[in-house]
Amino acid sequence: MSEPSIRDRAAIAGIGQTRFARGLGRSEFDMGVEAILAACDDAGISPREIDAAVRYDMEQIDEEQLLAALGNPLLRFFAGTPFGGGGSAAVLVVAAAAITAGLAKTVLVYRSRARGKQSGYGEGVHQGGRYWEKLPARLAGLNQWHVPQGLVSAFQEMAMISMRHRIEYGTTDDQYADVAIAFREHARRNPSAVMQAPMTRESHHASRMISDPLRLFDCNIETDGAVALIVTSTERARNLRQPPAIIRAGAMAAGSHHIRLSNLFACEFEQESPQRVASQLFAMAECAPADIAAAFFYDFFTSLVIIALEQYGFCRRGEGGPFVANGGLSWPHGRLVCNTNGGQLSEAFIHGFNNTVEAVRQIRGTSTSQVENCELVFVAGGNTDPTGAVILRKD
Amino acid sequence: MKTQTEIAAPLPQPTSDNAPFYEAARRGELRLQRCAQCRRFRHYPRPVCPHCLSREFSWEPTSGRGTVYTWTIVRGPTLPAFEAKLPYNVVDVLLDEGVHFVSEVLACPPEEIRAGMPVRAVFVAVSDDVTLVKFVRAEGAGSVSSSAP
Repeated sequence: MSEPSIRDRAAIAGIGQTRFARGLGRSEFDMGVEAILAACDDAGISPREIDAAVRYDMEQIDEEQLLAALGNPLLRFFAGTPFGGGGSAAVLVVAAAAITAGLAKTVLVYRSRARGKQSGYGEGVHQGGRYWEKLPARLAGLNQWHVPQGLVSAFQEMAMISMRHRIEYGTTDDQYADVAIAFREHARRNPSAVMQAPMTRESHHASRMISDPLRLFDCNIETDGAVALIVTSTERARNLRQPPAIIRAGAMAAGSHHIRLSNLFACEFEQESPQRVASQLFAMAECAPADIAAAFFYDFFTSLVIIALEQYGFCRRGEGGPFVANGGLSWPHGRLVCNTNGGQLSEAFIHGFNNTVEAVRQIRGTSTSQVENCELVFVAGGNTDPTGAVILRKD
Repeated sequence: MKTQTEIAAPLPQPTSDNAPFYEAARRGELRLQRCAQCRRFRHYPRPVCPHCLSREFSWEPTSGRGTVYTWTIVRGPTLPAFEAKLPYNVVDVLLDEGVHFVSEVLACPPEEIRAGMPVRAVFVAVSDDVTLVKFVRAEGAGSVSSSAP
């Protein structure tokens, strides 16, 4: 008897989302419910069939609210992943594990986010607006080691990581622009994408520097919106409304976290979270990065996409910059077509989940930048956190 | 050098795990945890050595010297407390003791920050109970007092 594995046991059967915009003036609860009902409708199931929920631990729509909204279904499994965007694919690993273990039949995976600048709706750090503007006067957590020094937000931490990559490998502004422009062109083919204006190398370089070496156009956009997915067993998914996006393999690993920059740099390259994920993931999937038809990286910053390509083995260490150059990530002829929705740089920032629903569309063949013969799709969470990744496949 | 603004910046809240670090900083010393068994330094503070898993350690003085490992220039947005000094640098210093420390190089214009730049620690009192460890260029600097008031 083979060892238990989540390989091929679960599938994404439904996807749903709200409109994405800079500010929608709606609560996360309201947007989340819309996305959840849309995902159920897409799968062809009743919301009352949901018997499990997997979310970020920072998600504000909790299990009690789900019960109240969905007519009190029997929720018999629920879990949250830590580290924000690090968990955007790990939520699918947890959902697949629950299905494989027989603990649940219909897992709801969701994220709702009111983070447009004007969308704060509470004092809590996770209740809209900029989390880093809601810090207390005294910091007892690990952020005490950098916030009092002036390093207050994620983009500044990522700037430090990005600068180190430039110091070691000579990564350039043009390579950053290559990522941003490729994803913007994908967004311009996607009516759901918030950013529709063309971007050129010149307009990228002219955007204001916010934290060297990151310019405004190197950063994800801030938007409101919600996304939901329905995960069920592969067998059941085959009998539902949509062609299943089967979770071929999935893995999680902790190896580094940007909040303690000092600890991130203290670990060996091979011991960072994504590399530890990659070795498990491709072994379970019994495939190699070269077999992937389309990839979805957690594109919070252009520079981190370049680094993730190296970490996951799509190119060698230090060669991420040249890999993305000259349309390397562009549909339809890039070296590796990535983030065909426009990603978080240009479609919306739903904490990675909008990339996952686009990955499902690639498997279904319904993307606005559809990759031909799209058999295997790679999806990764944030690469500077404890993280996870999955490989989806066609049935 | 403006070290305090009218809007208070968030400050560390010393805990039982790290209070000796802050007490040393108030005295003008950069002390870090050092494993009693394998003798390696570590930072941020933690109750066990990640190299040999020994729980025996002491807070030992360091050279306060290192080099800039990576850096950024913060140009905003940032917290209101830091807006008056925009643009400002933040650096990751690789200390001679082999550990990283996030800080700022004082009296160094943005265009002069370089990876590999030698720096040394200085101490800036920002409240009655908190002194932050900052750095200055180790060569040709000296415009900033290196001791706590």
